[in-house]
Amino acid sequence: MEFFIQQVVAGLTSGAIYACVALGLVMIYVSTDHINFAQGEMAMFATYLAWAMIDAGLPYWVAFALTILIAFAGGLFIQRVILKPFETAPVLSLVVCFIALLSFFNALAGMIWSYTIKQFPTPFPAKDLFGGGLVSIQQMGVVAVTLMMLGILTIFFRYTTLGLAMRAAAQNPASARLMGVRVSWMLALGWGLAAAIGAVAGMLVAPIVFLDPNMMTGILVYGFAGALVGGIGNPMGAVAGGFIVGVLENLVGSYLIGNELKLTFALMIVIGVLLLKPAGLFGRVIVKRV
Amino acid sequence: MTTLLQVKGLSAWYGPIRALYDLDLTIEQGGVTALLGANGAGKTTTLRAICNMIRRTGTTIFDGTDISRMTTEDIVRLGIGQVPEGRGTFTGLTVEENLRLAFHVRKDRTASRRDMEMVLALFPRLRERIQQQAGTLSGGEQQMLAIGRALMLRPRLMLLDEPSFGLAPLIVREIFRILRVINETERVSMLIVEQNAALALELADHVFLLETGRVVTSGPSRMVRDDEALRRAYLGY
Repeated sequence: MEFFIQQVVAGLTSGAIYACVALGLVMIYVSTDHINFAQGEMAMFATYLAWAMIDAGLPYWVAFALTILIAFAGGLFIQRVILKPFETAPVLSLVVCFIALLSFFNALAGMIWSYTIKQFPTPFPAKDLFGGGLVSIQQMGVVAVTLMMLGILTIFFRYTTLGLAMRAAAQNPASARLMGVRVSWMLALGWGLAAAIGAVAGMLVAPIVFLDPNMMTGILVYGFAGALVGGIGNPMGAVAGGFIVGVLENLVGSYLIGNELKLTFALMIVIGVLLLKPAGLFGRVIVKRV
Repeated sequence: MTTLLQVKGLSAWYGPIRALYDLDLTIEQGGVTALLGANGAGKTTTLRAICNMIRRTGTTIFDGTDISRMTTEDIVRLGIGQVPEGRGTFTGLTVEENLRLAFHVRKDRTASRRDMEMVLALFPRLRERIQQQAGTLSGGEQQMLAIGRALMLRPRLMLLDEPSFGLAPLIVREIFRILRVINETERVSMLIVEQNAALALELADHVFLLETGRVVTSGPSRMVRDDEALRRAYLGY
């Protein structure tokens, strides 16, 4: 029983990270209708920036906040400068563009910081929360940060007019323009937010898997599975999906198939959801009169 | 009367196909102008071209400002509200969110709230459905929502693209009655595109008749109403 609970808690911790990645994917999906394949590498690059700042002597939380800001600006910049010319391009051109971004960030990180793995600090003390070795403060911290981020985003999208304008721009760009919404900037904002969320995910995962240019590759697949399970258009669903995938992956890994096949399990989830329930568990099938 | 919108030499294209040929229009402050003509005459295109939603050339001057090269968003922010073809409903948002979207552009929060109250008073049906997902509204309700949404921007000029399209005669009556109220009490000038010429002639005080992308004639709506030959030739009644 204790082993089972430990596995669930560990699953929740990695689930929290998948949830962050899923949130980033959903953010870009709802604002632009695309899946950003470079989401993971952008997060990894931001994490290296944080590492460099901490290495240079900045306190952890200062580096954390600065990294989020830089990532946000970077996401904005990528959309405005690199993706804007592709706004009317067919979807395949964009996919190529995303893949280019992916390999660019991967190579750039390797070039600047080399491919040897680095240790990334955690702000949470390595102590048990209640004693007994069940739940560590580190694990709960990761979960708490993810839930906090979800809360902030929910409030932003539901209760601010800027969030409303972003949703409107994603749903019906032509009509949004007629309401005076600067649609193109809303897309950029979506990219900025996604990059910032990604940066948080990167900084949360780095202490666990160690920092190296390829650290997000597998995690992106889990994040994608989480986003799909929850319903790709739904931030809350994405977070729930991330947690579900995290726990399932851990349990299936430790009881059924072993750690080596865990990634296969994530891919199976992707295929299963797409085949059986494309809207995901919590995805709202938008009712439309025809 | 002063001129609110002056359109000179307006031409427009859909890809390589030219849809408008050197159109000239003048819209007076405070009035209702109707744009009539058969299918494919370029009525919808004219509205789209005024708001720079398609490739176009020519000059459009709105209340002294040259808006020929402005983006759609900036034209809207300047005071031209468009009720588009197909109603432009944000189907996944609630009725309230559809209307509240105007708060994003408007900075005067108190006046915006007052206008929301005004819109809901004009369209009580929308108040009944305020928390409903807008995609589940009936066609007539979505048309009301589209007009209400444009009105939330406090436009000085409203462009309406076939507000009667696909609606039951009773609903159409109701919508046109409200349009008159909006024009008279809220002082919103209008440019209205209609297939239903008789209906539009009742509301409008001035008419432009379009045929294959050109203005064939224009004048007070009384003139068109009384000219049987003109009515037969272009409006089919």
